[in-house]
Amino acid sequence: MITLTINGLRASVEKGTTILEAARFLGFPIPTLCHHEGLSPYGACRLCVVEIGDGPGARLVSSCTYPAEEGLKVRTASERVIKARRMVIELLLASCPQSKVIQDIASRHNVRQQRFRQEYEDCILCGLCVRMCEEQMMAKAIGFRGRGSGRSIGTPFDIRSDVCRLCGGCMQVCPACQLRCTYTEPDKAVCGGCANLSPPCVEKEQFHDMMCYMSPCVACEIRKD
Amino acid sequence: METANILDIIHKSEGKAAIISILEDIQEKYTYLPEEALRLVATETGCSLTDVYGVATFYKAFSLKPRGKHCVSACLGTACHVRGAETVVAEFKGQLNLQPGETTPDNEITFETVNCLGACALGPIVVSDGHYHANVTKREVKDIIKATREGTHGSDGASKDYEFSLEASCPQCGQSLIDAAYYIDGHPSIRIDVMTDVGTGWMRVPSLYGNFVKILEHIVPEDALLTPLCPHCGSNLQGELGCLECNAPMGTMNVDGGVGIISICSRKGCSGHILTLNGATI
Repeated sequence: MITLTINGLRASVEKGTTILEAARFLGFPIPTLCHHEGLSPYGACRLCVVEIGDGPGARLVSSCTYPAEEGLKVRTASERVIKARRMVIELLLASCPQSKVIQDIASRHNVRQQRFRQEYEDCILCGLCVRMCEEQMMAKAIGFRGRGSGRSIGTPFDIRSDVCRLCGGCMQVCPACQLRCTYTEPDKAVCGGCANLSPPCVEKEQFHDMMCYMSPCVACEIRKD
Repeated sequence: METANILDIIHKSEGKAAIISILEDIQEKYTYLPEEALRLVATETGCSLTDVYGVATFYKAFSLKPRGKHCVSACLGTACHVRGAETVVAEFKGQLNLQPGETTPDNEITFETVNCLGACALGPIVVSDGHYHANVTKREVKDIIKATREGTHGSDGASKDYEFSLEASCPQCGQSLIDAAYYIDGHPSIRIDVMTDVGTGWMRVPSLYGNFVKILEHIVPEDALLTPLCPHCGSNLQGELGCLECNAPMGTMNVDGGVGIISICSRKGCSGHILTLNGATI
């Protein structure tokens, strides 16, 4: 067991526990975006920053990837943490303001404005869908491509992947998904017909081992009637 | 694209850990990474296609589009930039009528910009097929393109011009001595057997004319004499000619089905050689 102090409260946790898990266990809320139970931690969104250490040696780390250490002093809501977190929220809002998930987080942290050039990205590269596809669906149909400003998520060669079962798991976890509908280009990764209320998933019957995550699924609802 | 070639490249390396070097070898062979090749790499190494594609798109050195025979890179690093690389790049764009990263329609020249070549004192710098042009001005662009198309790059480019691949065969039995499973400098090697003081073993030499290393199965001193034998019929390949450099006997092989004869010195450390093509000695 490892003993650490979170916001002045001493806690003993098992080896291998992350700061995020320990803090949540003690009831300290830490906002997250790219973290999902059942998926490996990734540390992409930086929303879960916390301050560790004392005095001049204190630094900000992402709590979802930082394992608990013996005698570690953690502050989950210090002034510095809140400032950094609000900045992250502003940056998220600057890139993808239309996401309901990001709007909710911003409203919870009382961020009403952002100071950067407004963009309308349909992906924030949080990697949730990639991990969902690989770790829960065992498919590895989508992944990161390119780098820098050209980095994107999708299937190799932008064509329907052989291993994609159209389960919709990637859309289910996506915080920016509403705009990911590719129904007009059915060869793309995800059909996403949910958004335009026309019967999608026409190929659904071909997949016997399909695990569908769309709930409610417009296609199923329409077919039922 | 031949599946067998790519399988060769894949099986030469050690699976998953070597994915970058596999892709490098494929790119060297085909100038780009064909889609089928990436799929093959994925199935053979056990990596997912997504990972292979991710690696191939991450590194700028890899290209998924066919590239030209010649590659021209203009540096746009800070030092070159302030010395006017922008205008040089604009001139290239205009003359070749393409954007950086594209290839001319005749598949001759691929033009790209790079961020630093580490030779800032020479800027603006342009590299064409490994040849560095220093302090390039707008006016020189035309000459560089011309030299690149023709493959002539002034003095130190000239020695390179002699490098070409030879198809060697045994003068007695006529069977090919090319060993496609063993590459030297990106070309299949020539394999013959040699008799040495420590026994008979194989010797491999590059099929690329202009490169005269000898790779032996046994370790022998540099001045040792080797008796060359054909690996197929076992006949002695030693000819009448003596080496021009050290006077040792020379091993003789037919080139390109008999249009020429290549003789190489039988002394391990000697690079002496005579190539006769259609009766003319080079």
